[in-house]
Amino acid sequence: MRRSTVIFIAALAVFVAVITVMAGAGMISTSFVKTLGMTLCLCLAAVAMDLVWGYAGILSLGHMAFFALGGYMIGMWLMYARTEAIVIEALSGQPLPATPEEIRQGIGNQIFGVIGTSDIPWVWGFAHSLPLQLLLVVLVPGVLAGLFAWLAFRSRVTGVYLSILTQAGTLALALHLFQNDSGLRGNNGLSGLQNLPGVSASQDATSLWLFWASALALAAGYLLAAWVVGGKFGSVIRAIRDDEQRVRFLGYPVEGFKLFVFTLTAVIAAIAGALYYPQAGIINPAEMMPIASIYLAVWVAIGGRGRLYGAVIGAAVVSLLSSWFTGGRAPSIPLGFYTIDWVDWWQVLLGLVFVLVTLLAPRGIGGLFK
Amino acid sequence: MSALLEVRGISVSFDGFRAINNLSFAIGAAELRAVIGPNGAGKTTFMDIVTGKTRPDSGDVIFGDPPRSLLRMTEAQIARAGVGRKFQRPTVFEDQTVGANLMMALRAPRNPFAVLRFRATDGHHARVVELAAEVGLADHLHRIAGELSHGQKQWLEIGMLLAQEPRLLLVDEPAAGMTLAEREHTTTLLTRLAQTRAVVVVEHDMEFVRRLDCRVTVLHEGAVLAEGSLDHVTADRQVIDVYLGRG
Repeated sequence: MRRSTVIFIAALAVFVAVITVMAGAGMISTSFVKTLGMTLCLCLAAVAMDLVWGYAGILSLGHMAFFALGGYMIGMWLMYARTEAIVIEALSGQPLPATPEEIRQGIGNQIFGVIGTSDIPWVWGFAHSLPLQLLLVVLVPGVLAGLFAWLAFRSRVTGVYLSILTQAGTLALALHLFQNDSGLRGNNGLSGLQNLPGVSASQDATSLWLFWASALALAAGYLLAAWVVGGKFGSVIRAIRDDEQRVRFLGYPVEGFKLFVFTLTAVIAAIAGALYYPQAGIINPAEMMPIASIYLAVWVAIGGRGRLYGAVIGAAVVSLLSSWFTGGRAPSIPLGFYTIDWVDWWQVLLGLVFVLVTLLAPRGIGGLFK
Repeated sequence: MSALLEVRGISVSFDGFRAINNLSFAIGAAELRAVIGPNGAGKTTFMDIVTGKTRPDSGDVIFGDPPRSLLRMTEAQIARAGVGRKFQRPTVFEDQTVGANLMMALRAPRNPFAVLRFRATDGHHARVVELAAEVGLADHLHRIAGELSHGQKQWLEIGMLLAQEPRLLLVDEPAAGMTLAEREHTTTLLTRLAQTRAVVVVEHDMEFVRRLDCRVTVLHEGAVLAEGSLDHVTADRQVIDVYLGRG
């Protein structure tokens, strides 16, 4: 194993231990634990982005769509199972036991009343079952990514054209989900996801569980990515990034490699999303808009492409700074004639940093460690 | 002599321009051949067709034993069937070490899952060392390829081609930009290679072709103008008119 991998895993373990102790002692709030857990999920998405872009050279501007899809898939079960419990509870007071049909209708009313219907759409067919819905967390983004990659790479769409295509696909998916008849509650999205069905533990406890799960997923994803890029496979995908035609003449089926990496990273992003949204509590189609994927690329660029720890550092630093600046906690700067309010100016600052990093430190923050 | 590669009457046009015009060409299993011709004679297009980068409008390309048509195969499949190509500009993976470049080229299963499971054995490492020695890069195995000199990159690329164990090697202007000493080394490499496989060298430089001391095919306007020893073709009236005369 490479030294950087060992250091990363050790640092992550120490971080998790420290946060666990601090949370247990009441030194940090539950909402801060959630923020940290969500940040770990974003770091995992950044590892996926680094694999597909930093190593294989495919600038996808749609990987956060897979992240959000993972969130939707787990969110459907969370919302269905919890609503089911509430409906059964509410109907239990009646003299006659509620029929399955009545329960179904109750669930439909509860979840879809907001978009003016009580019919449960077909896409919720597996929502009653956690194992099936967990399978969909992997399958839906995986199949979608595989299909997209097969069509795009087979036609040898590369470079900026591929980026535009991923962005257009992401936008189309988001716009589709904004519609009520997408079956996923349109712009209302899914909510109440922080309540784990059948779990009576407090949010203090569940937020720590999800934080641990996120850390575990990040560690596993990091180890997997390190293993993938460590051997000859990593050599081949970096070669594809630098000169794919030459790799073809070496006899490697370039399209197969790109498809594999694109699909694998989409699944990693989806798993990250499935852990993120129970901590965020709510998901809606705005989360899927291309801007989210562009941010992901910016984090990886700032952190350092082609270095897994660089991607993690970039995602952690920039996303935490971002929530600090946009959360209204950053002090405004009065200039006399104008006041710089960071809620509005943070994006300008981020854009400036991105340009400076690209020009002055193309290897990003991670590059400074070497 | 049975041919390893046989090109039968291929033609290809780009926007009405006939780059290759009913070209036929054959090369034996262990032969060195130089292909010369003025700019635009179709030398590079010829290589593109054999390696699958360009599809001809008509004709056929037959390769190997048993003979198979290359026209329905992808670039990667053709490469796996045993056709290696060296580009004019040395194209090695500059970001990676000499050893990694050679290891990537080494003959082994090429599909993503096999590559993912691949673990280099002592045999693989020994072969990489051997190849590096063969092309004169034994002391540079752990260097990043981007740091090598122009000539060293050319040799690394030849080493990578050797690692592929091709039965036919297409080499585009190997002497371009090389010093005299580097040229000599390259000549030795190519003639030695041709003892065990077919080597086609596309070259501009007459003096270098003379060093190779092999059969020469002259291309002009996408077709074969003359074929034979260098002395034979350079004495040909037509060749002098279209090519050497412009000198």
